[in-house]
Amino acid sequence: MDTTAPAPATLALELRGLHKSFGDVHAVDGLDLDVRPGEVVAFLGPNGAGKTTTIDMVLGLSDPTAGDVRVFGSTPAEAIAAGRVAAVMQTGGLLKDITVAETVALTASLFGNRGPVLPFLERAGIAELAGRRVGRCSGGQQQRLRFAMALVSEPDLLLLDEPTTGMDVEGRRDFWAAIRADAAAGRTVVFATHYLDEADAYADRIVLVAGGRVVADGSAAEIKNVASGRVLSASFATPELAHDAARDLTSSGSPAEVRGTRLIVRTSASDDVARHLLTATSAHDLEVGASSLEDAFVRLTSSGRTDDRTDDPTSPTAPTGAHR
Amino acid sequence: MSTISAPGARGGSARPAASVPRGISRTYLVLELRRLVRNRRTLVFSLVMPPVFFLIFGTSPAYAHQSAGRGNVTAYVLVSMALYGAILTATAGGASVSVERAQGWTRQLRLTPLRPSAYIATKLAATMALSAVSIAVTLAVGSLRDPQMPLSAWVGCALVAWVGSVVFAAFGLFMGYLLPAENVMQILGPGLALLSFAGGLFIPLGDGLFADIARFTPTYGLAELTRAPLTGDGFTLAAVANVLVWTAVFAGGAAWRFRKDTARV
Repeated sequence: MDTTAPAPATLALELRGLHKSFGDVHAVDGLDLDVRPGEVVAFLGPNGAGKTTTIDMVLGLSDPTAGDVRVFGSTPAEAIAAGRVAAVMQTGGLLKDITVAETVALTASLFGNRGPVLPFLERAGIAELAGRRVGRCSGGQQQRLRFAMALVSEPDLLLLDEPTTGMDVEGRRDFWAAIRADAAAGRTVVFATHYLDEADAYADRIVLVAGGRVVADGSAAEIKNVASGRVLSASFATPELAHDAARDLTSSGSPAEVRGTRLIVRTSASDDVARHLLTATSAHDLEVGASSLEDAFVRLTSSGRTDDRTDDPTSPTAPTGAHR
Repeated sequence: MSTISAPGARGGSARPAASVPRGISRTYLVLELRRLVRNRRTLVFSLVMPPVFFLIFGTSPAYAHQSAGRGNVTAYVLVSMALYGAILTATAGGASVSVERAQGWTRQLRLTPLRPSAYIATKLAATMALSAVSIAVTLAVGSLRDPQMPLSAWVGCALVAWVGSVVFAAFGLFMGYLLPAENVMQILGPGLALLSFAGGLFIPLGDGLFADIARFTPTYGLAELTRAPLTGDGFTLAAVANVLVWTAVFAGGAAWRFRKDTARV
């Protein structure tokens, strides 16, 4: 009888018109974001994009200048007190003179949990380090300790602020394996990163931030797709010939640039452009490459704010609810 | 009264309805005590230096025959050293907050239900426990070298020194918030030694300009009060006023910085 969709579950995270200013600096400048329970979201952006500031506000460590933060429908302070949200911060936050197990046991006790800590250490992959002093742990081990500490309240939402900064490749892989295994159980994870490969490999969804705002939002494939397509380049005998070809292409809707005698085109119609260059011009040494997420990242974030979000119907900045 | 619990719509993870500690956490307090015992530096400053200083400064044979009110001068020096140990312990304990703040530990604690005031209370409780042990050890070691004073003076001096040292825990806390964390004790250690001279803890103050200035230092009032049960002079108004004023300054300063530190920006 009832054919309407079930009422939407409470959002894990709901940011509305979030602003945070430090004097004249607008670290977060009108950020809106919805994260649904169970999503693994990468918060991707260059340094200074406002990622950490946003996370601090979600955790109630700082108050927004304007706007609203809801974590499972409650305020950050309530969510922290209830243990529904936990975080792995980038640095610090550890006492170096106590052991790994003591750190986790203490954190657990503060949440009223006096049970054994070994399961948490195992889930974070540091069971064998239980008796080691925190100060003797490597950066990667300390990061997994922070992860174990974040697990003790069994949070529904886990925030990670650039969690693998300073880790070696193996450390990063181990860390993400632990996070991924844990997220598979249905935990919502939001992680800030400026490692593109990390966002690409571990997130279901990428939220690109720059200048304190969301500039793109979608799956890794969508982000790449919209941002560029393919990159073509070809050489000409002289810069003048390259410029002539570039003018033609630009006027026909494929903006091209010239560096020396080399012409570079980013286009989603790479076949047509290649055919044109090889048949109607004197281009040689033609190369076609897939655009990396890095390209997408640079193009979307370096342009600063995209105020024309609704111009392009395929833009991944379209409603976040449309994805998944 | 109500036995109905609201389970709430949680994403699967059943959580025990454990009571979250809102005040001092016993686990935390025990861990703090363990940290103090493990810290060799702390143990040297709190438990080794004060009795050793007594053995160096207080065991001249002449002192045993000189009167200091209700006891001998040996006892006078011993009580002074016990107070010195208590002050050093309390100051270091209060100042350790600044180190933990610089390490981001207090920020980490804000991601737990523990209240910032409970954190401070836990640190103070552990510090005061060590301060008591410091006084006891110094007096115990000293008792082997023939100090003379009535039992009431043993107990009275120890109690005043212990309770009074909380003023220096507030001092350490306040300074810890003000000074750069990496070298807070490097600054406070020599500072305390100077203050201890001003309090007449190492050598009697005598008369003169230094003695006149010393009367306004925070160690002076507390030292006078601590030795009162031994000297039989009673609590002088000047000493009581000194302690009250400095308590207000340190506790007020610590509370002010603490509020600033925990305010959300």
